[in-house]
Amino acid sequence: MKETMKLPVGEEATRLKGWWPAHRFLVLRRLSQAFFLGLFLLGPWLGLWWVAGTLAGSRTFGVLPLTDPLVLAQSLVAGHWPELTALIGALIVLAAYALIGGRVYCSWVCPINPVTDAAHWLHETLGLQKGWQPKRHTRLWLLAMVLIVSALTGTIAWEVVNPITMLHRGLVFGMGFAWALVALVFLFDLLVSRRGWCGHLCPVGAFYGLLGTYSLLRVSAPRRAACDDCMDCFAVCPENHVIAPALRGKDGETPLILSPDCTNCGRCVDVCSVNVFEFTHRFDQHVEALPPPERSGTTAA
Amino acid sequence: MTISDSRRTFLKATAAASTAAAAGISLAPAALAQTPGNSDIRWDKAPCRFCGTGCSVLVGTKEGRVVATQGDPEAPVNRGLNCIKGYFLSKIMYGTDRLTTPMLRKSGGKYDKNGEFEPVSWDEAFDVMAEKWKAALAANGPTSVGMFGSGQWTVWEGYAASKLMKAGFRSNNIDPNARHCMASAVVGFMRAFGIDEPMGCYDDFEQADTFVLWGSNMAEMHPILWSRLTDTRLTKPGAQVHVLSTFEHRSFELADNGMVFTPQTDLAILNYIANYIIQNDAVNWDFLEKHVNITKTATDIGYGLRDTNPLQQAAANPDSGELTPIDFDEYAAAVADYTLEKVAEMSGVPAHQLERLAEQYADPDRKVMSLWTMGFNQHTRGSWVNGLVYNVHLLTGKISEPGNSPFSLTGQPSACGTAREVGTFSHRLPADMVVTNPEHRAHAEEIWKLPEGTIPDKPGLHAVAQNRALKDGTLNAYWVQCNNNMQAAANINEEGWPGYRNSQNFVTVSDAYPTVTAMSADLILPAAMWVEKEGAYGNAERRTQFWHQQVMAPGEAKSDLWQLMEFAKRFTVEEAWGEELVAKIPELAGKTLYEVLYENGQVNQYPTEETAEGFDNVEAEHFGFYVQKGLFEEYAMFGRGHGHDLAPFEQYHQARGLRWPVVDGQETLYRFREGYDPYVPEGSEVSFYGYPDGKAKIIFAPYEAPPEAPDEEYDLWLSTGRVLEHWHSGSMTRRVPELHRAFPAAVVFMHPEDAEARGLRRGQEISISTRRGEMLSRLETRGRNKPPKGLVFVPWFDEGQLINKLTLDATCPLSKQTDFKKCACKVERV
Amino acid sequence: MPAATPLSPQRRRFLMDTARMAGGCALAGGALVWLARDARALPAEALRPPGALPETDFLGACIRCGLCVRDCPYDTLALAELGADGPATGTPFFTARDVPCEMCDDIPCVTACPTGALDPALTNIDDARMGTAVLVDQENCLNFLGLRCDVCYRVCPVIDAAITLELSHNERSGHHAIFAPTVHAEHCTGCGKCEKSCVLPEAAIKVLPLRLARGAPAEHYRKGWEEMEEHGGPLVEGVIDLPDRLPGPGTDNLAAPGGFEPSFTLPGAGE
Repeated sequence: MKETMKLPVGEEATRLKGWWPAHRFLVLRRLSQAFFLGLFLLGPWLGLWWVAGTLAGSRTFGVLPLTDPLVLAQSLVAGHWPELTALIGALIVLAAYALIGGRVYCSWVCPINPVTDAAHWLHETLGLQKGWQPKRHTRLWLLAMVLIVSALTGTIAWEVVNPITMLHRGLVFGMGFAWALVALVFLFDLLVSRRGWCGHLCPVGAFYGLLGTYSLLRVSAPRRAACDDCMDCFAVCPENHVIAPALRGKDGETPLILSPDCTNCGRCVDVCSVNVFEFTHRFDQHVEALPPPERSGTTAA
Repeated sequence: MTISDSRRTFLKATAAASTAAAAGISLAPAALAQTPGNSDIRWDKAPCRFCGTGCSVLVGTKEGRVVATQGDPEAPVNRGLNCIKGYFLSKIMYGTDRLTTPMLRKSGGKYDKNGEFEPVSWDEAFDVMAEKWKAALAANGPTSVGMFGSGQWTVWEGYAASKLMKAGFRSNNIDPNARHCMASAVVGFMRAFGIDEPMGCYDDFEQADTFVLWGSNMAEMHPILWSRLTDTRLTKPGAQVHVLSTFEHRSFELADNGMVFTPQTDLAILNYIANYIIQNDAVNWDFLEKHVNITKTATDIGYGLRDTNPLQQAAANPDSGELTPIDFDEYAAAVADYTLEKVAEMSGVPAHQLERLAEQYADPDRKVMSLWTMGFNQHTRGSWVNGLVYNVHLLTGKISEPGNSPFSLTGQPSACGTAREVGTFSHRLPADMVVTNPEHRAHAEEIWKLPEGTIPDKPGLHAVAQNRALKDGTLNAYWVQCNNNMQAAANINEEGWPGYRNSQNFVTVSDAYPTVTAMSADLILPAAMWVEKEGAYGNAERRTQFWHQQVMAPGEAKSDLWQLMEFAKRFTVEEAWGEELVAKIPELAGKTLYEVLYENGQVNQYPTEETAEGFDNVEAEHFGFYVQKGLFEEYAMFGRGHGHDLAPFEQYHQARGLRWPVVDGQETLYRFREGYDPYVPEGSEVSFYGYPDGKAKIIFAPYEAPPEAPDEEYDLWLSTGRVLEHWHSGSMTRRVPELHRAFPAAVVFMHPEDAEARGLRRGQEISISTRRGEMLSRLETRGRNKPPKGLVFVPWFDEGQLINKLTLDATCPLSKQTDFKKCACKVERV
Repeated sequence: MPAATPLSPQRRRFLMDTARMAGGCALAGGALVWLARDARALPAEALRPPGALPETDFLGACIRCGLCVRDCPYDTLALAELGADGPATGTPFFTARDVPCEMCDDIPCVTACPTGALDPALTNIDDARMGTAVLVDQENCLNFLGLRCDVCYRVCPVIDAAITLELSHNERSGHHAIFAPTVHAEHCTGCGKCEKSCVLPEAAIKVLPLRLARGAPAEHYRKGWEEMEEHGGPLVEGVIDLPDRLPGPGTDNLAAPGGFEPSFTLPGAGE
């Protein structure tokens, strides 16, 4: 770990790799988030009805149904057996995320992500304390709670408060006071708990995490030998407990980040000035043996 | 997706448009939204602005605004009730797009036929207009100027206009929109009785046992009269209602015997009834012999189309109304062709229903009231079919007595009072006189104190002919007042629009709102409406009703009367008449038409002081004499002593309307009947004094086919009409947000199986077209109107859907009234 | 057992954490239960689309995707916005007074629903029961005053069945009829065209949810006339009646209104 004055996170990577390689996945991710939101807005804004509906359920090109599996799961435990369209839609979504990583939803699609990322940015800029940090598995408890409440009340309970669908629906159909809930999430992350919502509480994230437990797409640290301990990856990772096992793994231990909590955001790939990380598949155990790198970070300051 | 994108887009667009329209016009001034207390409201009486029923209302004004109305609880017609249009009377004058200043098409600061409308002063407007009229008079003579007036004109407006055109400009090219509405009824009356307008009155609604609706949807079009009829059906044991139409409408709901017949076969049905009466020995021989002559009318008379039309050329006796006397046996033989079986087959009405109907007329113990409006009048054999219904009443003597009443209902508030009684038709003069009769002309010239030979002796252009002449460039200076003929007249595409926009013509439209017609004109003059001027209307039961001016018109808007008289100031008699005529009365030399027509010592004899205290009278104050009274009293000279007696002017301001003839201070309920009608000589029981021999005419007329019927390409009948919520072209009712909301846009009513056969769904965007034009609309297979298979019904109130682009301008060759009820169309998916 | 085995610190901590977590979740869950139940309280003026399951089932079935809203060709339907609209947030509804249901023959909203929250068994729009119209204010209804408005009646897509005009004599005017708009709930789809078009500043006819609009018949009393008709005759057979003794011919109460034929005659009587 660097003892001396630390460069701002990602600065070194930018300097060494150039701006684009150091921001590639961040930019792509924002584009992806905009893209998925934009798809839904093409209809109401431009009259191009390629995609209709919301993240909870949609129809693409008039034929492809997609359904949020967690919403449907709540419906099922609430006692409603949905029509085939919704079931097929959910199966497609389940299959897709099971393959590419459940929490890809969180970092590449979910409209709340830019909100909590913004809160985090402000949190860091203001240099605030990290605040209350509930256990990571709190969201699993909440997930269980949501399903139990759905069963008890016979409703799709989480949708009463779910800031994700509310924000998305708000943007696509009309906001009402849903912005207040979104603001609450922002303030919660800013003032109460650093990375609190997505990292600790959101049951949707918990569900998608579980869904992606065995997903194919993974981030790996094959060049972990080159790590210069700058800690930038830990700084940018929203679920930074997932990095250590892969990065600090001993010989013979997998370089793959296998935690279902990893959102496959790829930010670690960006900010690593020595290119430790890369996207790969879960069967890629390849580790590069490298001589320890030159320590160059400190001299630059 | 289960619906096509185009349908979605269209529907959303129309929904948005109508919402916007509703939102736009709902921005009514705040004063209307409040419910003001009664204490500081001034109440005064007026007739309703809409249909010919003539409901009385009380108008509440406060601070120069009409803030409320109420049905007059003591009025005999409506007893405090109104239909939903009348309920919103207080809002009709306050649409946000009221015209408040003259608008002239200009470019580069000068009049330009193809310019844009710009506000101008009255002076500039009349300068340009007078220049155009003078140019037309100089170049092509009096037949090149013309006017299209209205059954919504007040009595004195119609009178002043008729006088200005016929005597001032010496042009008989003046016709009212009542031509579209009542002309066939008029011809029917004149041919059968020699005098216009119903013999009965609304009291018949309580007196009759059987009501027969011939082509009238009273339930929607005469809502308050329908309420009276319904009450009788409800409370009088044995009362029956028979309804005939070419499609099932709201009046069928009350019908004991509802009959949907094939268009045009009403001619056959009425002849069958006559035949039934004869076959079943139900003829009232005594009545027939004493009071009736029997005739037959010339046949194969064409369809009032242009002379170049093959149908017109094929006619043996085009436009002939010649009557040939026949004896009873000849008549009996003529109707004998119309057997029950044959007519049932022709009309599609089951035989037992026809028989049940005929029994009502034949049964001497049942009093029958026959009622009709546009189904009869807008008919290429409208004059005939009006006559045929009189035939059955005359055969049985069921006429001119309480409950036995062939009754022609009117659609406009003063179709009777103004258009007919004043004689604003191209062939008429006041009190049923006609321009073709030299004695009538001389009488009029005498009353008007004008030189002999002032009034031209040939009938002028009627409504349909005016549009044709505009298109042909033979009618060049044209003034439309108080109606929306571009939306209302048939065949807009081929006649009206090219006529108005013909570069040879200068068209002026006076209206309160920017109607389709106004927007088609070259000059728009802003008009005062309803209680913004002192007025008089005459309803369908010969009831004349007056009202005071209650409020001032907005901006520079002026009444049609003011406009007519002011325009007359711009012409000297020399310019209008030529020296030769002026020479006959040299004192008139150098005078203006205004002076000759309105300052003639008669019209201007009542001082402004006689106007009612506390009420404005813009015209009296402007011209310096009680204009309305002067015009009315001069006009009344025509009818007094001639069967059309009107009461003294003041009495009408005091009474809730009076039914003429008003003789010796008494109204007349039943004309031609001794004891009721002062003109019937003692001891004669009945006298049809319109004819010198006191006899009415039975006029045999056969069935003749309509000019256009569905064929392989255009496979449906198209019938047009109204809905209760909107009045005529909707220029007033569509500006009332609540009425707009109740029926925002026209739809095409179609039988569900017809829709299915065309692969169409309810609510779908469709194209409806005829040989003359196409229109986009939406399909309706449910709701108030249920057409039979093979017929569609489209209301015409919607200026966003001009159905008259499609209709055929075929007319009854005698009455010149257009048939808006039948032509061939097709309906397709868009 | 005398004394329990002392818990290891790790185990104690685990149990403590678990208890805390469970407690927190119970608290959050309780709040969520309260919110979810509260969301069931559908306001009376909010109507569900055609074919919507009963409200309690609907909230378990509707995933709030908005596809029904998208496929409504008349922009009738909207998704409830949090805090701005009454119904559970994100669920589809319409307000008849604003935009009523136009009753499309092909019911595109039902077809669009992926979950069956709008029941696909609804194939004839006439069978829809979005609510039922109720003439809530006879005192202000223009037709009850004798005027000829009846706009609600004429705009009804199920005219003459769902709404009829019941006629009566207008005592006040003396010669007019009163056309009372009368709703027949068994035919009313609750489309709301009547409420939308009521010309009064506040509609006198309103579409209400069935739970508010309708009473329910009790089990313990039956309509005798209907039961007899259904049965095709009296439910109790063989009941007799004796003839009345009358002073003479012409006084037979059969001639009077309501008179009825005795089903039993004395032997030899009247012959």
